[in-house]
Amino acid sequence: MDISIKSKIITSNVNLFYGDFQALKGINMDIKENQITALIGPSGCGKSTFLRILNRMNDLIPSVRIEGDILMDGKNIFDKDVDVVELRKKVGMVFQAPNPFPMSIFDNVAYGPRVHGLKDKKKLADSVEKSLKQAVLWDEVKDKLHKSALSLSGGQQQRLCIARVVAVEPNVLLMDEPTSALDPISTLKIEELIRELKNDYTIVIVTHNMQQAARISDKTGFFLTGDLIEYDETTKIFSNPVDKRTEDYISGRFG
Amino acid sequence: MHNKQKILESLIKGFIWFSAIGTVMILLAIMGYIVIKGIGFVNFEFLTSTPKRMGAEGGIFPIIVGTFYFVTLTMAIATPIGVGAAIYLSEYTRDNLLTRTIRFTTELLAGVPSIIFGLFGYAFFVILLKEYTGGWSLISGALTATCMILPILIRASEEALKTVPKSYREGSFALGATKWQTVYKVVLPTAIPGILTGIILSIGRAVGETAALLLTLGGSLLLATSMYHGTRTLPMHLYMVAMETGNMDQAFATGVVLLFVLLFINLGAGYIVKKIFVKNI
Repeated sequence: MDISIKSKIITSNVNLFYGDFQALKGINMDIKENQITALIGPSGCGKSTFLRILNRMNDLIPSVRIEGDILMDGKNIFDKDVDVVELRKKVGMVFQAPNPFPMSIFDNVAYGPRVHGLKDKKKLADSVEKSLKQAVLWDEVKDKLHKSALSLSGGQQQRLCIARVVAVEPNVLLMDEPTSALDPISTLKIEELIRELKNDYTIVIVTHNMQQAARISDKTGFFLTGDLIEYDETTKIFSNPVDKRTEDYISGRFG
Repeated sequence: MHNKQKILESLIKGFIWFSAIGTVMILLAIMGYIVIKGIGFVNFEFLTSTPKRMGAEGGIFPIIVGTFYFVTLTMAIATPIGVGAAIYLSEYTRDNLLTRTIRFTTELLAGVPSIIFGLFGYAFFVILLKEYTGGWSLISGALTATCMILPILIRASEEALKTVPKSYREGSFALGATKWQTVYKVVLPTAIPGILTGIILSIGRAVGETAALLLTLGGSLLLATSMYHGTRTLPMHLYMVAMETGNMDQAFATGVVLLFVLLFINLGAGYIVKKIFVKNI
């Protein structure tokens, strides 16, 4: 694998258990900086679970036990002195279904900066504008910033959620099937957006849609029943996979 | 066969219709009877003057004020505790023996007759804590009523908090918000309409309560000037006037005022809920 590009996240031997059930088995992955890494695989293969480890969202679920190391910029995110709030500030997440808060568009985007202590009105307004522009939503909402976020369409809501994450200025973006609840046109817009965001962020995206993975990602990891079967350049995975199971999956033989 | 079913169908329809109309009629009859009997005695003077001869004559001004004080004090004590308990149950703990015990006891408490609360309040707040509550007093009554309405408040608030989608909480955590920030900025505002409904129900119960207050609030006819003074609420006054002075005109007039106060609270609170709800969504 290419070692000339800087690694952002390195996981070594990550196991995850829900009670007695092992959902992830010894995952080793090297996620490169400013690249888009796609995680694919059938439902229940562990790809979303893996994604949620990276910002420690699994901490919220009881009976979850995690083994192994995850180094982010060289620092283990499970170390005792790691503040999970700080970690999530650095590692933003966009969810499967758009989940804007039931407040105004402005307040949604300003939520992150506010909880992190930004009070200055001018700076807040600047941050909201910048984030909305980055999420390519500004032109559509600049005249109704104080309208409820729930009045937006699904695709706009998802871009709002991306703006909300971007406002916190993370350096990693985790996306859990961000377009699965959207129509094809909104999906294309979000994909375009993701490609643009790549310049500023390291992006890890879980997707059910193999064309999507092929279209936007630099690297692809294929998960199956908790194992990382194959992880390589996206072009290689989709044209010349090493493992038979990968080939079967991407050619649509199961999944 | 077909005819038989048709007849059965219309019979059932008729019965259901009768039940619905009947309920409304009974309610209207009771309200109408009280209003007709009492409205003639309700006037500006009745509302603004003090009672004479144990309430057989004169007005009910101190009682209206007492009712207002009592409800305000009760809600000021009960709301933070009730909503706090609901937040604890719904946000800060998982289902375990402790939460099951809390839920079970609140349900039990909800079914206890109010006179039992009165007895407890009398023994505990009025007698045992006399030094701090002043014996029969607004604060003794309010604390007793707090015990009574806490189950309703906790239940309603917890249900309201549970209807807040999990995705809101996840979204907030993922942005690096702490637990309390998430609860305070996202979960609570979303749950407010439901919580307010619980508060309204509780106010209704507190305003309408009689038995428990007979034993704890004291029943003074003087205008209360501090929370260590005894006072009366409207239903208490109604009961005492009817039973002790026998002047039913005064009792009915008090009843009319009580009905209007309850109506006002319900409409007013409904308006507030709508305002907040519409503003948020």
